[in-house]
Amino acid sequence: MIAVYIETDGGSIKKSSLEALAYGADLAAQTGDQCAAVLLGSTSDVNLGDSGANKTLTITGDALSTFTAETFAAAMDQACAELDAHTIIISNTYNGKSIAPRLAVKRNAAIVSGVVSQADTSTGFSVRKSCFSNKAFAQVAVNGENRVITLIPNSYEVKSFGLSASASTSAYVGPQATVKSVSIDKVKGKIPLTEAELVVSAGRGMKGPENWGMIEELADILGAATACSKPVSDMDWRPHSEHVGQTGITIKPNLYIAVGISGAIQHLAGVSSSKVICVINTDPEAPFFKAADYGIVGDAFEVVPKLIARAKELKTA
Amino acid sequence: MNILVCVSPVPDTTTKITFADNNTKFNTNGVQFIINPYDELALTRALEITEAQGGEVTVITVGTAGTEPIIRKALAIGAHNAIRVNLDPVDAMQVAKAIQVAVADKSFDLILTGRESIDHNGGLVAGLLAELMGMNLINVVTKIDVDGTTVTAVRDIDGGRETVSCELPAVLSAQKDLCEPRIPNMRGIMQARTKPLQVVEYSESATGTSVSSFELPPAKEGVKLIDAANAGELIDLLRTEKKLI
Ligand SMILES: Cc1cc2nc3c(=O)[nH]c(=O)nc-3n(C[C@H](O)[C@H](O)[C@H](O)COP(=O)(O)OP(=O)(O)OC[C@H]3O[C@@H](n4cnc5c(N)ncnc54)[C@H](O)[C@@H]3O)c2cc1C
Ligand SMILES: Nc1ncnc2c1ncn2[C@@H]1O[C@H](COP(=O)(O)O)[C@@H](O)[C@H]1O
Repeated sequence: MIAVYIETDGGSIKKSSLEALAYGADLAAQTGDQCAAVLLGSTSDVNLGDSGANKTLTITGDALSTFTAETFAAAMDQACAELDAHTIIISNTYNGKSIAPRLAVKRNAAIVSGVVSQADTSTGFSVRKSCFSNKAFAQVAVNGENRVITLIPNSYEVKSFGLSASASTSAYVGPQATVKSVSIDKVKGKIPLTEAELVVSAGRGMKGPENWGMIEELADILGAATACSKPVSDMDWRPHSEHVGQTGITIKPNLYIAVGISGAIQHLAGVSSSKVICVINTDPEAPFFKAADYGIVGDAFEVVPKLIARAKELKTA
Repeated sequence: MNILVCVSPVPDTTTKITFADNNTKFNTNGVQFIINPYDELALTRALEITEAQGGEVTVITVGTAGTEPIIRKALAIGAHNAIRVNLDPVDAMQVAKAIQVAVADKSFDLILTGRESIDHNGGLVAGLLAELMGMNLINVVTKIDVDGTTVTAVRDIDGGRETVSCELPAVLSAQKDLCEPRIPNMRGIMQARTKPLQVVEYSESATGTSVSSFELPPAKEGVKLIDAANAGELIDLLRTEKKLI
């Protein structure tokens, strides 16, 4: 059995978990196996059969009402024992990355994080992972009977499998949490950068925080999240949570629009696996153009308003 | 307060990545190795804590003799002593097990790692160590405060941050913003030469994973330039050619 951890946020299932489920379902089809979706804490009325599950298992218990790596890894361990799961797929989110290594030790499993494509099961079991901060990929052979794979969000398509999943529930029997949540501070009402399919990002070329209005407006019209370069967050022009790159967040959106960012190697490390990259920069020699699909050599203060205007026209057309 | 800081040697952030031996090995020719930037933050914060509350900071590296300049640098920054596990590690599980065995006869209140190494990008060692050693785990933290036997930390979550606390001992992994990394000074460099560096052997044959080959990302086809005067055309192209918006 292949088990997939389904992460919820405010009661709804994260898209990255549905990607992990599609990955698990395709892997099951490829190897003649079955795929189970594991929910922790609360049940969901979403039809996970259509998302690829042959079975859903929910582990319930008060200890699972808030996230801790310890209790969630123990609950996953319990679920995997019940399901007799040998392969576990977890999305590479902050919480997923906290559970996965603990679970690997409990299950005596090999672990590979940052996986970007479906496993090759023609001989043994091997996966492709991102390494050297997105500057390369490694093909990793995974030995042994048990394995934990963490999948980078936006690496795998969600699709409709048209299965109907049987559902069961078990009570959590693991330890109580020893790490206590004191408070949570979330950016409200905005698309979280790590989950965004479209991203509009800007750098020092914007001259100052007062000029971000047009970046936010463009992002708003496109339904995109906003990001920034390191110096911009270092100078507190933008919040830390927007900083992308080698020392910031790594993202892999379908579209990355970079405005007034030079394209230093450390910046590219966090964004170069974006599917389509557009660069707007006054300097035709800016290194970012080498990594771009589309480029506009021009002043952001003239170009961005034109993009906003055209996007508005198309929206109302 | 005794703190263990796990230090990984990694290629400098500006390194052009190339491979050798038919793309099966990272080509280290001419590559400058540095302390993993997140580990530098972990080390600095560990020093700040012991300076305020007393205690010692030990750094540990799993690596061959070639990693010793990195360990000496950590000692020059201020670590009190160092351990090197003499092994060229294959994966994060092997690193974590080697560290567990190497420190089995010692006791630490706090173990700090980086949030990930910038070469493997695993982000796994902290979680593996916590589970192997039966300790609490707080991953990817931007703030660490120790009060008596309680540690309070701020960790990154999707779209925000969470403040959590737990009892020591605990394993925490450092994220940027934790502190300003320290640079070694002349006195530190002199002192580092005489600080203890213990070398321990570790051998384990079976590991869970092995890299069979490396690959560079496919080159971009080349940029399609759009005239700034007709910038709006970009929006049309993204819609028609790429079907993105
Ligand atoms: C260890 C290390 C880690 C790092 N990690 C990161 C990281 O995670 N993320 C990151 O981003 N950086 C990182 N950096 C910093 C990186 O090297 C660059 O310094 C940084 O990315 C530059 O930011 P920028 O492009 O916004 O600014 P600049 O380099 O100053 O570039 C500004 C660009 O804007 C253009 N411009 C100016 N005016 C306009 C205008 N009116 N319209 C359009 N374009 C204009 C300029 O031509 C220029 O290309 C790191 C550095 C180190 C040493
Ligand atoms: N060879 C190593 N020796 C000591 N610590 C390491 C080693 N490799 C990784 N680490 C620690 O584990 C963290 C995460 O590494 P990784 O899981 O490889 O991304 C690093 O930031 C280090 O603190």
